[in-house]
Amino acid sequence: MITGGIGESPLRPDGSLKVRGQYAYASDLWLENMLWGATLRSPHPSARILSIDTSAALAMPGVHTVLTYKDVPGENVYGLKFQDTPVLAEEIVRYQGEPVALVAAEHPETARQALKAIKVEYEVFDPLLDCELVAHSPEVSPLHPGGNLVRYQRIVKGDPDATADVVVSGVYEIGMQDQAFLGPESGLAIPEDDGVHLLLATQWLHVDQKQAAKALGLPVSKVKLTMSGVGGAFGGREDLSIQVHACMLALRTQRPVKMAYNRLESFFGHVHRHPAKMYYEHGATSEGDLVYVRARLYFDGGAYASKTPVVVGNGTTLSVGPYNVPHAHIEGWGVYTNNPPCGAMRGLGAVQPTYAYESQMDKLAAALGMDPADLRIRNAMSEGSTTVTGQVVDFPAPVAELLQRVKDMPLPDASTSNILQLPGGASNTTHGEGVVRGIGYGVTIKNISYAEGLDDYSTARVRLEVIDGEPVATVHTAAAEVGQGLNTVQQQIARSELGVQQVILHSTDTDVGDAGSSSASRQTYITGGAVRNACRAVRAKLQEMAGTSEELTSQQIAAVLGSAVIEETREYHHRRTYPLDPENGQGNAHVQYGFSAHRAVVDVDTELGLVKVVQLDCAQDVGKAINPEAVIGQIQGGSAQGLGLAVMEEIQVADGKIRNPSFTDYLIPTILDMPPMNIDVIERPDPHSPYGVRGVGEPPTISATPAIANAIRAATGLELPRVPIRPEHIVEEH
Amino acid sequence: MRVNVTVNGVQREADDVWPGESLLYVLRERLGLPGSKNACEQGECGSCTVYLDDVPVCSCLVAAGQAEGREVRTVEGLASDELHPVQQAFVDKGAVQCGFCTPGLIVAAHDLLERTAEPTDAEIREALAGNLCRCTGYEKIMDAVRAAAAKKAGVV
Repeated sequence: MITGGIGESPLRPDGSLKVRGQYAYASDLWLENMLWGATLRSPHPSARILSIDTSAALAMPGVHTVLTYKDVPGENVYGLKFQDTPVLAEEIVRYQGEPVALVAAEHPETARQALKAIKVEYEVFDPLLDCELVAHSPEVSPLHPGGNLVRYQRIVKGDPDATADVVVSGVYEIGMQDQAFLGPESGLAIPEDDGVHLLLATQWLHVDQKQAAKALGLPVSKVKLTMSGVGGAFGGREDLSIQVHACMLALRTQRPVKMAYNRLESFFGHVHRHPAKMYYEHGATSEGDLVYVRARLYFDGGAYASKTPVVVGNGTTLSVGPYNVPHAHIEGWGVYTNNPPCGAMRGLGAVQPTYAYESQMDKLAAALGMDPADLRIRNAMSEGSTTVTGQVVDFPAPVAELLQRVKDMPLPDASTSNILQLPGGASNTTHGEGVVRGIGYGVTIKNISYAEGLDDYSTARVRLEVIDGEPVATVHTAAAEVGQGLNTVQQQIARSELGVQQVILHSTDTDVGDAGSSSASRQTYITGGAVRNACRAVRAKLQEMAGTSEELTSQQIAAVLGSAVIEETREYHHRRTYPLDPENGQGNAHVQYGFSAHRAVVDVDTELGLVKVVQLDCAQDVGKAINPEAVIGQIQGGSAQGLGLAVMEEIQVADGKIRNPSFTDYLIPTILDMPPMNIDVIERPDPHSPYGVRGVGEPPTISATPAIANAIRAATGLELPRVPIRPEHIVEEH
Repeated sequence: MRVNVTVNGVQREADDVWPGESLLYVLRERLGLPGSKNACEQGECGSCTVYLDDVPVCSCLVAAGQAEGREVRTVEGLASDELHPVQQAFVDKGAVQCGFCTPGLIVAAHDLLERTAEPTDAEIREALAGNLCRCTGYEKIMDAVRAAAAKKAGVV
């Protein structure tokens, strides 16, 4: 009897090492003769580099090398979507924190001191900062040769000028959120075989390898990447950070070089979530049926494109939410500015519009005199609905059911006099006076996997052999375990497909084919599909050897195999998607959608502006829960990040500079901020995906934020058009 | 300078320590004990929590020299061959995802249960409020501490 297969919740294979402190994260790597790398970054958001003098730094004892753009061995440019980002700045710096020079030294403090000894002369310019202005005059002060417009997308459905009985409009803003993964960017580069071997924490080994090889001027085969322990990701490890820099230093010094950012540097060393400004107008019949949505969405991509084109694509295609909307006119802009670069973060491109359209749905409910949950249920899309891009939803879409489920969950007790459970908590700021309660809802739709025609496939190699009389399977993929539990899922699939208890995970590296990124909620679906396919190929060989099509027991497998080894490598490709029509935005752009709904209950101290989220409930359709407990973990963790965006998390940028690059000033939820949750996981299998799975990780991050914002509005009666909602927004407006 | 410190019951010495190095750095880079984590290095996240003479501290905020002649117990020193009940509960209850916050939380929870055998939920939250976790949303961490307390109290 095989245990720990699909649908069970076996313990994660790395759990024991992690609780003992013995799991090797990228920042834990160490070699006897290694050097420490460090990065000099621009203090200015916009400037010309007039000169760089490294002589004083090079002369310091313990410093082995200092590198600038002149030392980039290959092409000094990379990028996920556009090739627009220099490895090291040449003539122009376009954001505060842009890498300018590198140092390798014996001790990290020596390296830091050497950075201070590098003399860079800048001619400082006024930074370009206003995203909306840039969108409408992209040729003015171009930061890149093609101008400042990264992507514009328009979507037209039905009659773009439709009219309706009841109309509500609003302008919504969302601050810049940080992924705030706890394990800072780190890696160890080792010169090896005329090339380099980089051990690191990343979300996608092969895309890093491709970009690094080009910048290093090496063939891909000379740049090997191996995954180290990853301390969270959430999109923040999709773009390059230490990858090329550490390899450059190692190749130059011919010594292993470790780079490990501290928290301050981490805030400058990765992209953030796009801040956005969104203009929405909703029209409905007096009975409460949506007639039209018109929206303009402005996404500030900052200095380099990163995932901005995808944010515009996701943002516009998902802009009306999981609702039936007969008529729509949507426009989205993504632009370059001198603000910090923005790119991937959990819920990519869907977080911003969801916040806006769910704010609008509450406003519409108030205008109609309807219950906000009932209005949503009335307009909810379902299987067979057509999206604003004309795509017919040909898989279950139980949006109404999710909303009904959270609405029916038990509510918490009325506000208590226990100060620990009131806003302000142990700070003893209220005994209940001035505290009001509110309830709010939020629901979202998020595309799963890459979109608009991309073939983001995955590869798995599975080996079956007999060790000590027992059949053992080894699964080898390049897919990043970032904490989400993908390694557990791979083991579960192999156990169920092969009927083998012992499943070993090969180290995650570039010696096997591409797995794509651990992002877009795609790995259980896509790499899960690849592991399934490879296992089925192995099983077919085994059954051929046994001369049977029957399922074999462990003992039979061992007997059939003997000393033979079966190894098969297979890919999984999801069904094809298509680009959007550039004129009207029509097209089957998405593989699959995920849906989740939240209900938030909050207490607000209206005198001090403090918010306590009392309860946060969620219902999500996951198609098929491969590991039900891990699914719950994704919903809880995702909801916490959505709570953070609602009431506390924002990178505060002034004049293009980050004002709060620390965990002292950039607040993420603590255990005191996160309330208990009721969670309903429902499983409506998608007929197009392996096992019927539906991507899990992103939706709960998205729908939590508007549910909390709507609850605060319900409590206070305030408009609150911007998240995060801070105390001054509540007190000053009240 | 040389720093002499007892770590997990073993007398250790580290040479050539730069006076600005933290206890965290010495543990991780000089004594081969990277279990205590470097998530913020400014005393905000708790991932580097160790016992210093039986008092939990952020080892990133302790200068290495301040540990001279004292006893340090790190996450690596909590388990014998078997996991400590707090560690086992974190594994069993799914309180570990990426795990970068886990060593600090294990030490903090271990300390709580040394002081308070059967903590209320409010006491658990107050005790762990200095430890940031970005993955779990804390619910399963609550489950783990409750389970470890129950096991220690012999309830289960």
